[in-house]
Amino acid sequence: MIPYIMCFILFLVGLYGVITRRNLVKIAVSLSIMEISTFLFFALIGYIDGGVAPIVDPADPVKTYVDPLPQALVLTAIVIGLATTAMLMAVIIRLYRKYGTFDIREIKNLRG
Amino acid sequence: MNPLLPFFIITPLVGAFLIMIIGRFIKEFNKYFTSLILLFLACISFYFLFNTGENIFVYKVGGWEPINKIPIGIYIVMDGFNAIVVCIINLVGFLSAFYSISYIKRYTAENYFYALFCLMIAGMNGVVISGDLFNIFVFLEISVISAYALVAFGVEKNELEASFRYQVLGGIASFLILFGIGFIYWKTKTLNIADIKEAFSTGYDRTYYLFVQILILSGFGLKAAIIPFHAWLPDAHSSAPSPISAMLSGVLIKAVGIYVIIRLFFNMFAISEGMAILITTLGTLSMVIGVFLAIGQWDIKRLLAYHSISQMGYVVLSVGIGMILISRGVRNEVAALAITGGIFHLINHAAFKGLLFLNAGAIEYTIGSRNLQEMGGLAKQMPATAATSFIASMSISGIPPFNGFFSKLIIIIAAIMAKFYLLALLAVIVSIITLASFLKFQRYAFFNKTDNKNERKIKEVPFPMVFSMVIMSIFCILLSILVFPQIREAMLSPAIDILMDPSRYSSTIIGH
Repeated sequence: MIPYIMCFILFLVGLYGVITRRNLVKIAVSLSIMEISTFLFFALIGYIDGGVAPIVDPADPVKTYVDPLPQALVLTAIVIGLATTAMLMAVIIRLYRKYGTFDIREIKNLRG
Repeated sequence: MNPLLPFFIITPLVGAFLIMIIGRFIKEFNKYFTSLILLFLACISFYFLFNTGENIFVYKVGGWEPINKIPIGIYIVMDGFNAIVVCIINLVGFLSAFYSISYIKRYTAENYFYALFCLMIAGMNGVVISGDLFNIFVFLEISVISAYALVAFGVEKNELEASFRYQVLGGIASFLILFGIGFIYWKTKTLNIADIKEAFSTGYDRTYYLFVQILILSGFGLKAAIIPFHAWLPDAHSSAPSPISAMLSGVLIKAVGIYVIIRLFFNMFAISEGMAILITTLGTLSMVIGVFLAIGQWDIKRLLAYHSISQMGYVVLSVGIGMILISRGVRNEVAALAITGGIFHLINHAAFKGLLFLNAGAIEYTIGSRNLQEMGGLAKQMPATAATSFIASMSISGIPPFNGFFSKLIIIIAAIMAKFYLLALLAVIVSIITLASFLKFQRYAFFNKTDNKNERKIKEVPFPMVFSMVIMSIFCILLSILVFPQIREAMLSPAIDILMDPSRYSSTIIGH
């Protein structure tokens, strides 16, 4: 149970960072932390104690295998996460060129 | 196995790829090719709309047949409900793409614009026709990442800031959804929506079930901008180029937000009264608060964006009323009426809100400003824009011969029949405030005294823009025929049936 709780705490750490940080890059990092905690959760739910990699061995039919599906899901999600992070960083760089600062308090043209 | 189904995803993806390659060498290729692709998709979506009826088409990707009735491949599903949504996506997409032919000339990098547009369409089509929970997530990300890029397309201060805010909130929403999917997979060991339904029906832990529902609702609620989660919508929708605003507001929040919420809560989770009341409350809040936030706006696109929140509130509210009645197990015909009203309003909203954003784009194109106070007297110089925007404004505020009136009427009648008198009253009041707000828009933009310095050389926008706006306004008028019971029966009842009978969806797909 403890790994799951740690995983949830990691998610909350990320959320806390997104809410409280004032620096654009730190917000991006916090989002990445949230993302990683989700991936970790997926890896955990596929894990079976004493399981081995799911390559079926005909000689030994009673082996325990870990669930391979969450691993495939995590791989897909990591690629998506890469795209989101790249997109976010690109926008942050553009914002920095426009405003000359990473401080979110000085970047508020839009309101209401 | 219907071989036409995967084309909804393949064609725009291939299109995005080809535009980046060929568009580099042939100058005009991108715009006409995009319109052509979307016209083709709109045609096949109409084919499905008229042929689906009571059937459910299933396409198993890669030909993976189920083993012992357990689905192992990825399923693409087309039934009465998503046929309607797919139709909206591709039709509004086609008209926006055609409109962009002249609108987008003022931006550089047209190739990127059309490629991202195609990707966004691919993602939305994928979300809507996917029968697999993780696939929904993947296509959702495809569509929202292209939406992030398109919101920032102007690369000025406002656009970038709006895109940043959208990305942070959208990112949080994605992780909540992913967490929800993880929790569902943990207990059920499957990702197929129909199979999950079967797994849940054999008994589950109540707390766990509620937790998953809340995660999924808040994740997709953030994507749909239902009220406590609405902060990103006005910025993002008003900063994007106008055809993209029409897509975001008219289609994206429905396809990746409202549609998925309705689909999952009706066909995957068992409907419980607590969740139904929560959804109705959120809908009511969106409806009321959205319209009050819209009143004070002077920027046309911001005003329209806040009205999107409010109108989506109507949809969520009426679907929520339907859920409450179904969960109580009483008066199913009233529940069916409420859901009909919701889906009817969803279709209508795509027509009139898409049109209004295109009008806003036309005004911005000619006078170069979005501020209502700087406009005036445009009715003479831009007759087509004025006429179409009048039709759209009257539709959204619910004036009789136009479509918005009939869907709101059905929603209000359903609320009264279900004995939610307060909600019916609120719906009427919100409709009146909407009317006031759009009269303001009409008066300041089109009928006010002309400002002398503005009179110079304002003329009507080019043909592709006028064409798209006129077609949209024809839809605004035509859709009101859905109020006649026979036509409504033919068009909407397949969608209502699939939602009213939650087990039919899963049993048909499992049995395939």
